[in-house]
Amino acid sequence: MSGATLERGMNAFREQMNAPIASFFSSCVNCGMCAEACLFYTETDDPKYTPINKLEPLRRVWEQEYTIWGKVKSILGLTEPVTDELLAEWEELVYDGCTLCGRCSMVCPVGNDISYMIRRAREGFVAAGYAPEGIKGASRRAITIGSPMGVKFPALAAQIKHVEADTGLSIPVDVEGVDYMALLSSMEIMNFPEYLEALARIFKQAGVSWTISSKAFEATNSGIQIGSSDIARELVSRVVSEAEKLKVKYVISPECGHAYTAIRWEGPNLIGRPYNFKVVHILELLDELRATGRIKTEGTEDDRLTFHDPCQIVRKGGVLEQPRNLLEMVTSDYVDMTDSREMNWCCGGGGGVSANERAEELRLKVFKRKKSQLDELNVDTLVTACANCRLIIEEGLEEYRMEMPVVGLTEMIAEHLVEDKE
Amino acid sequence: MADDMKRFTQTLGESLRERGVSRRGFLKFCTATASMMALPPTMVPAIAAALEKARRPSVIWLSFQECTGCTESITRSHSPSVENLIFDHISLDYHHTLQVAAGDAAEAAREAAMHENEGKYIVVVDGSIPLDNPGFSTIAGISNLQMLEETVAGAAAVVAVGSCAAFGGLPHADPNPTGAVSVSDIVHDKPIVNVSGCPPIPTVITGVLAHFLTFGSLPELDALGRPMVFYGQSIHDRCYRRPFYDKGLFAETFDDEGARKGWCLYRLGCKGPMTYNACATTKWNEGTSWPVESGHGCLGCSEPDFWDAGGFYNALSIPDSDIIRRAGVVAAAGVALGAAAGALNRSTRAKAAASHEKVTIDDLDKTS
Amino acid sequence: MSTPTDFLLWVRGPGFDIALVIFIIGVIIRLLEVLVLGRKPDQAEPRGGELGPGLRTVVTRTLPETGSFKRAPFTVIGGYIWHIGFFISLFLFVPHIELINATLGLIWPGIPSNLVDAVAAVTIVTLIAMLFSRLSHPVKRYLSGPEDYVTWLVTFLPMLTGYLAYHRMIDPYPLVLGLHILSVELLMVVFPFTKLMHAFTFIIARWYNGAMAGRRGVQS
Repeated sequence: MSGATLERGMNAFREQMNAPIASFFSSCVNCGMCAEACLFYTETDDPKYTPINKLEPLRRVWEQEYTIWGKVKSILGLTEPVTDELLAEWEELVYDGCTLCGRCSMVCPVGNDISYMIRRAREGFVAAGYAPEGIKGASRRAITIGSPMGVKFPALAAQIKHVEADTGLSIPVDVEGVDYMALLSSMEIMNFPEYLEALARIFKQAGVSWTISSKAFEATNSGIQIGSSDIARELVSRVVSEAEKLKVKYVISPECGHAYTAIRWEGPNLIGRPYNFKVVHILELLDELRATGRIKTEGTEDDRLTFHDPCQIVRKGGVLEQPRNLLEMVTSDYVDMTDSREMNWCCGGGGGVSANERAEELRLKVFKRKKSQLDELNVDTLVTACANCRLIIEEGLEEYRMEMPVVGLTEMIAEHLVEDKE
Repeated sequence: MADDMKRFTQTLGESLRERGVSRRGFLKFCTATASMMALPPTMVPAIAAALEKARRPSVIWLSFQECTGCTESITRSHSPSVENLIFDHISLDYHHTLQVAAGDAAEAAREAAMHENEGKYIVVVDGSIPLDNPGFSTIAGISNLQMLEETVAGAAAVVAVGSCAAFGGLPHADPNPTGAVSVSDIVHDKPIVNVSGCPPIPTVITGVLAHFLTFGSLPELDALGRPMVFYGQSIHDRCYRRPFYDKGLFAETFDDEGARKGWCLYRLGCKGPMTYNACATTKWNEGTSWPVESGHGCLGCSEPDFWDAGGFYNALSIPDSDIIRRAGVVAAAGVALGAAAGALNRSTRAKAAASHEKVTIDDLDKTS
Repeated sequence: MSTPTDFLLWVRGPGFDIALVIFIIGVIIRLLEVLVLGRKPDQAEPRGGELGPGLRTVVTRTLPETGSFKRAPFTVIGGYIWHIGFFISLFLFVPHIELINATLGLIWPGIPSNLVDAVAAVTIVTLIAMLFSRLSHPVKRYLSGPEDYVTWLVTFLPMLTGYLAYHRMIDPYPLVLGLHILSVELLMVVFPFTKLMHAFTFIIARWYNGAMAGRRGVQS
C-alpha cells in the first residue's frame, strides 16, 4: 500500500507535536511582526506570506487534537478541519514561500520558532502528497541515484582527475583511518569544481589527512528540504555508515547550507543516536587551521567586498565569527551588510526553493531584498559559503542586471595560500 | 380653629417676623440654603422673596417600621438654627411622635389636613412598609400599607426620609422577615424624593423642604431618587482623608500610628467610595464632625442594602471569595485535569507514531 | 439581582469564585497540555548551552529587533504602551493592591491615583488605536479572526469600566464597580481558552526558542 493520503498527512502532523510547538501556538497573538522579517512578505506585500500563517494546517491539528478547548470547539462546530483543499492551497506557502531561513524566529515577540515549525509541518505535507514536483524529483534522484542533481561517482571521479591534473596534487578516495572525510554538494561538483581544488590545496598545506568516499560523497539531503524524516534518514545513514566504516574522526560539511543542517543538527536525531565522529563545517575547520597557524596566506583582495551569511550555516548553524576571521585574513576592504550575521536576509533559494522550478518567479521577485542590501553597500564582490546561495545570487544578479562576481570563501582562501616551494 | 386657619394662611415671612426672626437672620438662612443647594449667591434674593411669600404647606408625617432615629435627627437640627422655625412654619399637621393629640383625635387631624389641602399637602414617610402581614405594623388599627395608600392619594409629593422609607433599610435586610418594602415600591403615581441615610443629615431634610417652598417643585434627583445637590458626590471624593488614599497611606487598625495620624480608613472597611451623601461637607451636630473625622469608616448608610453589603469592616470592592482560601484545592484539581489532558496528548502522539507508515519515494504522489 | 448592590455582591462573591475557578484550572490545564508533551532529547552534539541562552531570550525578546521595528513601529510602540499601561493600572493602582493584599497577602507600594488615571486614559486610547490598526493593517487584518476581536474586547472592557468607575461616570457606584469586576471576571474566564494564554506561555516559547538556538551557538 503506497501513496500519499490525507490520513497519512494528518498522522504525520500529529506525530510532530511537542512542547515547543504547543507553546508557540499557545503564544501567538497575531501581531504580524513575523511578516516584517520575512522577505516573501516584504517583497510581495501579500499578507498570505506572513510566516505564522503558513502554519495554519499544523495549527488546526494542534488546536483540535492537542487542546481540550479545541476539542470542545470542534464538537460545537466552531473549528475548520484540515482538508485536501487546505493543504493544496497551503503547499505553495510552505514550499515556494518559505526558505526555512529562520529570520522570523528571531523577531517573534513571544519567541515562536516559526521556521522550526514549518520544517516539521512539511512532514505532514509530504505524507499527504502535497510537495512540489521539483523537490519530489530531487528526492527520488537522491535516493535512487545518490544525488538530487543525478550526479554519480564517475562524474566526480572525472572532476577529481581534472583537479589532480591541474594541481599536481592527489585527492584521496576511500582511504580508511584518515582524520577527515569531506562531503560535497552536487552543485560543487557540477558548477563550482573550484571548491574541490581549494580543499586539495589547503589540506595539502595544512597537512590534513583526508579522504572522499566514493559511496557517500553527497552532502545535500533532499529529505530535509521536502520535509520527510524517513527520506532524510536514509540519505544521512549513507554518510554515517560510510564515515564509520572509514573510521574517520571528522566529517566535513561543505559550503552548502542545508547540508550542514542535515548532517550536523538533524542527522543524529534522524538515526536516533550520536555519531562516532564529529561534524565540522568547512569554515569551522579553516578557521581552526588559521588559528593554529597551519595555513598561511599572502596578499589581500583589493576589491570592496561583503559576505552573504548563509542562513543554515550562520543563523541556524552557529558558524558566525569564523567567516569573518577568515575574511579578515585575505581582504582589505570588507564591509558587513546592514542586516548581517544572525539577522541576514536569505538569498531566496534555501529550504528547497531552488529545487522547485515552479517557485522561480517568486524567488526572483524576493531577491530584491538581497539586491537592495547590496545596492546600499556599493561593493565589487560578494563572498559567500554556500553553493546554493551562490547559484541563486548569481541568477538574481543576472535577472536584475547587476555585474558582481560571487565567490566561495574557501576558494578565496585557497587563492591566497602561500605555496610551498617544493 | 381660627388660629389654625391663620397659621395656614400666614406666609412664611409673616410667620417669621411674628416669631421675632430678624431680616438679617432670615437672609443668613437663605444664603446657607443657597450654598447647600449649590446655587449661585445671586439666587439668594430670589430664595428670600420666594420664602417670604411661601404659604406654609401642610405636612403629614407617617412613621412605619422605623426606629424614630430620623425624627430624632430632625429634632436635633441646629444649623442654621432657623431651620427649627421653618419647621414650625410648615404646617406639620400629623406626626404621631411629636404631636400632642393621640388616638382618634390624631387620626382626625390627619384626615382634616388631607381634606383641607387636597392635592397640595406633602407626605413625609419614615420607616418601611411590611407586606407579608398587615398586622406586623399598624397605627390606630390601620395597616401601614393602607395608611400610606390613603394618605398619599391626595398628596402633592412624597418625601421618603431615611433609608428604610427610601430603600427598605434595616427591616429589609436579609432575610427581610416582614417583607419590608420602600415607599417607591408602593407609590408610583406621585413625585417621590428619597432622603436616604440612617439617619439622614437634618440639614438635608430641611433643605429638601426649603427647595420645595422656594421653587414649588422637587429638586433634581439622581438615579436612586435622591436630590443631586446633596447626594451628587461621594463621601470619598469630598473626604478630607482622600490625599492619604491617593498616597497609599492607610490605617491598619483603629489604634495604630496611621489611625492617629488620620490616614485613610479604606482598609478598615470605609464605604466612602461607594456612598453618596453630604456628610463630608455638611457634617453633623452643628458642623462639629462626621464619622470619618471621628475615626471610623463610612458605613454607607445612605446606599440601598448597606446593611447587607458585606461586613462594615471589609472594603466593598474586594471579593469576599471562599475560593482564594481554597486556591490550593482548585490548583490541585487543575493539576490533576492538566496531567490527564497532557497524558491524553501524549497518547495521541504515541498513537500517531505507532501508525506511522514510512514515507518512501514511491509515496510522494497522491493516491487518487 | 434586584439592586445594584445585589449585583455587586454577586459579582464579587459567587461570580468572582466562578471566574477564579475557571481561570486557575483553565490556565493549569493549558500549561500542562503544553509541558507534558515534552520533546525528544537532542542527539546532536551541542555547540552551546540551552539554559543560559534560553533564559536570556526570555528577557531579550522583550526588545524589538531593529529592522522589523522600523517596518512596524506602530505595532511595537502601541504594544509597549498598552501592555505597560495595563500592568500599571492593574498592579500599581492602590485599590487593586489592596485587593491583592486582602486576598493573597502580598503588598507593594502603589502610585498616586491621578497618575494611574492618566496612564489608564492613554492605555484606553492606545487600545482603540490598536483595534483600528488590526482592522486596517493588511497583515493583522488577514490574520485576525473572531478570537482576536473577542480578546481585544475582554482586555478593553476592564480598562474602560475601571475608568468609568474611577470617574463615577455611571450611577450608582455599586453598579459601575460591579460592571468593572464583572468585566475582569469575563477576562479571567476567556483567558485560558484564547491567545491571552500568551501571558504565561510566552516564557515557555521564548525559552525553547532561545534554548534551541543556544544549542547551535546562536543567541536568538
